[in-house]
Amino acid sequence: MRRRFKRDRPGVVSAYVVTFFFLVALAAPLISKLYGKDPTRTYGLDEPGLLNEYGYPVKPNGGMSGDFWFGLEPTLGRDVLTQLVYGIRTSLLIAAAATVLCVVTGVLIGVTAGYLGGRTDYLLGRFIDLLLAFPSQLSFIAFTPVVYSLFVSPEKETPTYLRVLTLILVLWVLGWMGLARLLRGQVLSLREREFVEAAKVTGASPWRIITKELLPNLWTPILVQSTLMLPSFVTIEAGLSFIGVGIVEPTPDWGRMFANGAHYYESDITYIFFPGLAMIVFVVAFNLLGDSVRDAFDPRTGR
Amino acid sequence: MLRFLARRSLGALVIIVLISAITFALFFALPSQPALMSCGKNCTPEAVALINKNLGLDQPVPVQYWHYMAGIFTGRDFTVGHCPAPCFGYSFSNQQPVWGTIVDRFPTTLSITLGGAAVFLVVGVGIGMVAAAFRGTWIDKFFSSLSLVGNSLQIYFVGVIALAVLVSGLHWMDNPAYYPITENPVKWFTGMLIPWLVLSIIFIANYSRMTRSQMIEQLGEDHVRTARAKGLGRRTVFFRYAWRGALAPIVTIFGIDLGSLFGGAIITEFTFSLHGLGRLAVSSVSETDLPTLMAVMLVGCTAIVVANIVVDAAYAVIDPRVRLA
Repeated sequence: MRRRFKRDRPGVVSAYVVTFFFLVALAAPLISKLYGKDPTRTYGLDEPGLLNEYGYPVKPNGGMSGDFWFGLEPTLGRDVLTQLVYGIRTSLLIAAAATVLCVVTGVLIGVTAGYLGGRTDYLLGRFIDLLLAFPSQLSFIAFTPVVYSLFVSPEKETPTYLRVLTLILVLWVLGWMGLARLLRGQVLSLREREFVEAAKVTGASPWRIITKELLPNLWTPILVQSTLMLPSFVTIEAGLSFIGVGIVEPTPDWGRMFANGAHYYESDITYIFFPGLAMIVFVVAFNLLGDSVRDAFDPRTGR
Repeated sequence: MLRFLARRSLGALVIIVLISAITFALFFALPSQPALMSCGKNCTPEAVALINKNLGLDQPVPVQYWHYMAGIFTGRDFTVGHCPAPCFGYSFSNQQPVWGTIVDRFPTTLSITLGGAAVFLVVGVGIGMVAAAFRGTWIDKFFSSLSLVGNSLQIYFVGVIALAVLVSGLHWMDNPAYYPITENPVKWFTGMLIPWLVLSIIFIANYSRMTRSQMIEQLGEDHVRTARAKGLGRRTVFFRYAWRGALAPIVTIFGIDLGSLFGGAIITEFTFSLHGLGRLAVSSVSETDLPTLMAVMLVGCTAIVVANIVVDAAYAVIDPRVRLA
């Protein structure tokens, strides 16, 4: 399996790119230290000569220079590179946590429904149908303040870690159903197979059958689905921050950089290209990785 | 067909009632205290009690829910005045009936979604058919690599680039804006064109890929081979036989995508500063204007569910087999 994956050139390259993004997110403080800039310091306001009187960078291309590799943010004059690195960190943290929770929930509920069948399956199936009927984007927007108000009273400021938790929670609650439904279908066909029957005859407990007989056959769909889920959560989280219901200032966030970029595009178009291109590369790499993983696990599906 | 529609409508009704109940419970039953939100920062307990009484918030939640749902059909009398038939209550932020705002905003969102859907269905399916017709050639390869990138584009990035290039760079178009189609169809079209193109971009890749694989599968089917064998023209085989078969699964996926289409419309509204339902939802979030949020949620759900029934009916027309199921 590993050898098959290694022969797949685009797969290996995209695996490196994906790893790179995770490393960047993890090592954000280290990068900012080595590079000597802070994501929250307003260099443009502190040091004269960097921003002009309208708040735009003096140097061309958004103020890119040896000091500020990706340029400066208009108005506040923060460093774009560290903003982006820390923004990726925030978004990836939220998306990764939500993905892990969704996969665990999806596997638990999908396998339970498929293996037990009968009334359990019916009830879980209707529950999934109901959750799927919620218009997801609108629900994300509508339910985020409700969850905030669960934790803090409306007249107080919501602390950042609660915002992060809330986003993870909302993404989780409305994100696991697709995987659960897929796995349920797989388990339905798997449990009729001979090897499961053999295990049952030898007196294996349901737990043993699920973990030792069924799960090894489900790793491929689980892995492929999670490589699709993670980038979609990143883009959803970015979208929420873009429209202003996600992470707020001063915490750096990938999606909010787009909101800033949309604000300043007429005078400083360079700014939005860094988060934009980074996100395209990230999502393309993840999609290619998902394809390659599927090919490596299941050689029958040619592309 | 009629029974099919009746059954689907009944199911849809159950879904809408359940969603509205859950949303209502989440909004009004949690310890979030809606009165506190509508009352602002400097609030006395007496003011809270008054608001609670005025809005009927002092009653148990199921009763409140019943009044709310009944109010949509019959209208409601508040102490502040009468709220006529489709009554979704009064907004916490501007004290106007919510329904008026919804009616005001709905056409914008509807225009964005319908136009965007039309663009990505035509372009996406078109590209997929071209790729299938020229399978294996450079045209096919070009489109499939294009769809890889297209799949990972985001509205909030492409939209801004489109504005920068088409509007402020080349001055080919004005800033996107909504004009009612009844007043000025030409302006409506030109004002909506950029949002449509940008919204459709995130869907085109998926639909072209799906159409291509469906067409290739259909072209290998027996009935297509028979049609070819009995001497029908290539064009007839391609469009009348293969295309019709390929269309049914695409319509199914379209029905599933309606929710994300609506979600895309919200982001699109934000990117182009259009005032539709999505923007209304977000502004009511920041003002914790629960009645407006609740109404947007209900209208959004209903629109998606109704559109789903329409898609299912279209599906039954295309593929007669499902009518029996």
